[in-house]
Amino acid sequence: MENPSDLKYGKQHEWVKVEEDIAIVGVTDFAQKQLTDIVFVELPEKGKKVEQNKQMAVIESVKSVSDVFSPISGEVIEINEKLKDNPDTINKEPYGEGWIAKIKMENKDELNNLMSAEDYESFTKEEKH
Amino acid sequence: MGELKKTSLYGEHIKLGAKLIDFNGWLMPVYYSNVIEEHINVREKAGIFDICHMGEFIIEGNDAFKLVQKIITNDLNKLEDGKAFYSSMCLENGGVIDDLIVYRFGQNKFMVVVNAANIEKDFKWFLKHKDFFDNATVIGRTNETCKIGLQGPKSEEILQKLTNAQLKNLKRFHFIEDNVNNIPTIISRTGYTAEDGFELYFNAEKAAEQWNKLLAVGKEFGLKPIGLGARDTLRVEAGYSLYGHELNDTINPFEAGIGFIVKLGKGDFIGRDILLGQKNNLKRKIIAFEMLERGIPRQNYGVYKGGNQIGYVTSGTMSPTFKKGIGMALVSVDESSEENEIHINIRGKPYKAKIVKKPIYVFHSRN
Repeated sequence: MENPSDLKYGKQHEWVKVEEDIAIVGVTDFAQKQLTDIVFVELPEKGKKVEQNKQMAVIESVKSVSDVFSPISGEVIEINEKLKDNPDTINKEPYGEGWIAKIKMENKDELNNLMSAEDYESFTKEEKH
Repeated sequence: MGELKKTSLYGEHIKLGAKLIDFNGWLMPVYYSNVIEEHINVREKAGIFDICHMGEFIIEGNDAFKLVQKIITNDLNKLEDGKAFYSSMCLENGGVIDDLIVYRFGQNKFMVVVNAANIEKDFKWFLKHKDFFDNATVIGRTNETCKIGLQGPKSEEILQKLTNAQLKNLKRFHFIEDNVNNIPTIISRTGYTAEDGFELYFNAEKAAEQWNKLLAVGKEFGLKPIGLGARDTLRVEAGYSLYGHELNDTINPFEAGIGFIVKLGKGDFIGRDILLGQKNNLKRKIIAFEMLERGIPRQNYGVYKGGNQIGYVTSGTMSPTFKKGIGMALVSVDESSEENEIHINIRGKPYKAKIVKKPIYVFHSRN
């Protein structure tokens, strides 16, 4: 799956879609492939303050428990309730229906710490080796 | 980290694109496609498993019977030629050293199959006790033997394509020696999935040839290679113990729920005196539970009742068959009855669960 060019990417395999001062965040296709069959997502609570590169959610596959780190700081204003019943939506549509949370950004400058699709592509290639 | 051991099927796992992990010092496939698909494939069709990492010892000689009888808790007098049974072996203090399958080839020849993690420890244990007998030898055969598990409702049809042995006459926990794909094989009707199936033991030099032949003839029946991930979810549903989880040297067999393989009346064996006292003084017990809320239990999560910790999770997973969190736990005997509502502490939050009958998935016998 191609990494969409209109998103920004974090080193811990999250993506951010910016809509004015709101960041929609999720995990990348690379991440969902590593996680394999996702069977549970522990979502952050609405209103929670999250920090860039700090734990925000938990994703579990049958055999593993993995932290999801927030790619951006701010307040969680909406969560993807659909993931409670259908956590494997992340496997199917990591960049669409599989989004995790919407965050009201505190500091848009933090976006500069993230990668472009192209840079992320090379980053994951290196990580594979 | 030391060099990981590779089984005689390692090259096939690479070709199949398996995801490999370190399992007790062995580089083993955890999945080929994904755990859930592989799990369901075994329940509905069939799967093959590389189980070469498990250990085999051959015990031979005029005192072989006495040696095995001294070490294991089950009663070897109950085992006939051509049959296998499940047993445990205990320390003098009753703690479980390992659980194992014992195969009887004759009065003077037995094969024991032990857990990968315990091969060296168990081998030393056998050697140590061998010295009390004049005529018993213990030979390790782990590396020379390839072991493949063939499990699932289609197993018999698949295997029958490769052997003249009359598989329909081979009952559970019986075994025969015959050719499979012209390779001399011990065909054992045993397994770790709660499905019908076989475990095949043969010369490790034939490993790849046999594996690929099975996959080829099994294709029309939907046979797939299955990794350790699904092997674990299958056995948790089936309520089977795994050493290091439900069993260890601080849990006695009665607590572990395998008291049925401790035959206190069989005469002297290692651990008997202590086990006699433990049998009627049970303080904690392995139970099965299912989650009543979304959440996946994992090993060592705390189990609570009314705010008090009553035990801990020994194995937990999302059940691919029942689509909810399930597990086993070691809990206080006072709180171990079925239907008892408990909480599992998942990352600091209590999640509702209840104790259920073990096993959660009842053995699916052939028609």
